[in-house]
Amino acid sequence: MIRLVARDLMLAVRAGGGFGLGVAFFLIVVTLVPFAMGPDTTRLSVIAPGVLWLGALLACLLSLDRMFALDFEDGTLDLLATAPIPLEGVVAAKALAHWLTTGLPLTLVAPMLAVLLNLPAQGFTWLVVSLALGTPALSMIGAFGAALTVGLKRGGLLLSLLVLPLYVPTLIFGAEVARRGAEGMMVSTPLALLAGVSGSVLALLPFAAAGALRVNLR
Amino acid sequence: MTRLRVRDLACARGGVPVLSDVAFTLGQGRALILRGPNGSGKTTLLRTLAGLQPALRGTIDPGPEAVAYAGHADGLKGGLSVAANLTFWAGIFGTRDIAPALEAFDLTDLRERAAQNLSAGQKRRLGLARMVLTQRPVWIFDEPTVSLDTASVGLFARAVESHLAQGGAAIVATHIDLGLTADVLDIAQFRARAMDDPFATGVA
Repeated sequence: MIRLVARDLMLAVRAGGGFGLGVAFFLIVVTLVPFAMGPDTTRLSVIAPGVLWLGALLACLLSLDRMFALDFEDGTLDLLATAPIPLEGVVAAKALAHWLTTGLPLTLVAPMLAVLLNLPAQGFTWLVVSLALGTPALSMIGAFGAALTVGLKRGGLLLSLLVLPLYVPTLIFGAEVARRGAEGMMVSTPLALLAGVSGSVLALLPFAAAGALRVNLR
Repeated sequence: MTRLRVRDLACARGGVPVLSDVAFTLGQGRALILRGPNGSGKTTLLRTLAGLQPALRGTIDPGPEAVAYAGHADGLKGGLSVAANLTFWAGIFGTRDIAPALEAFDLTDLRERAAQNLSAGQKRRLGLARMVLTQRPVWIFDEPTVSLDTASVGLFARAVESHLAQGGAAIVATHIDLGLTADVLDIAQFRARAMDDPFATGVA
């Protein structure tokens, strides 16, 4: 499994697109918001947590359809399914590789982009914490959606529609943690709920995604 | 010693039963050549044996964990070198040394070449070299000789022979003569009755 993650990371670096695309999209969304909303810094600082979370979520969505599709097309997925590692492990490794190439960079650049939106200083920590806790769930839910649509040509549209409702709880609690953090309020309740959503997603969805892959490989 | 025993197997493709009552045993050191016209269900049978799709009924003993499968696609990553592709699969299958696989398919000189720069035949050889790394007793090949020249077919036959000599077994679906000492199984005799249905024609 570690080899699978390492190979996916190497492919992402070689291909170039994997790492940069999500972060570039995030950058574009966040830099354009002040132009669209006007330069009123108090208004910007109010919407900053929500905009940052929404931007990160959409950036995560961008590279999902490639997660299994490339391996499906060149036959690697068939070979992995007959290999000694369980398909659940393959899914978890793929989701981890996706998180390392999108979720982690998004979490790391978020504080820098938060400056552009005038996020209050006390909110930076909670923004990073909420993204670090929430983005793994986004990658795992995305892996489930990608596994469901892997056999479809141009399944990207269906994938987005399938995944978006599943993203809602993570978005609500993640953005709530960031908002409360920015306003200096208690964050423990939404933080616990966000961790609960992420924990259950990471525990359950590898099995669902592996089941979907098995059906699609038939 | 029996390497693979198949009894009363029925398999379907896309929900349509293609084969029924398939039965054969494959002993240690034996190879089995599958023959049959296009659409007779060779790929379906091989994918069922490899565990990629469930059987409608029947038993396969032992299960997919004894089987290494090489299908139509080679599963190569163009951006990685020949050695990196093999090292990845060696890691997945828990093998240390990729040198025997490189030697068996004459890839040693190409080991640093990116897979996307290989010719079609070289890619095929690289895909087949993976089988050497699997350390599984039963090798299953689906049309392994596509885009291979005569010399490479010879390499492939020798690799299979050395696997058989080590006590393995192999099932090969092919239309050409590999020069292997092997039993031939014509799977047209196992055709399921639903194949008479006009909508079921053209199933690969």
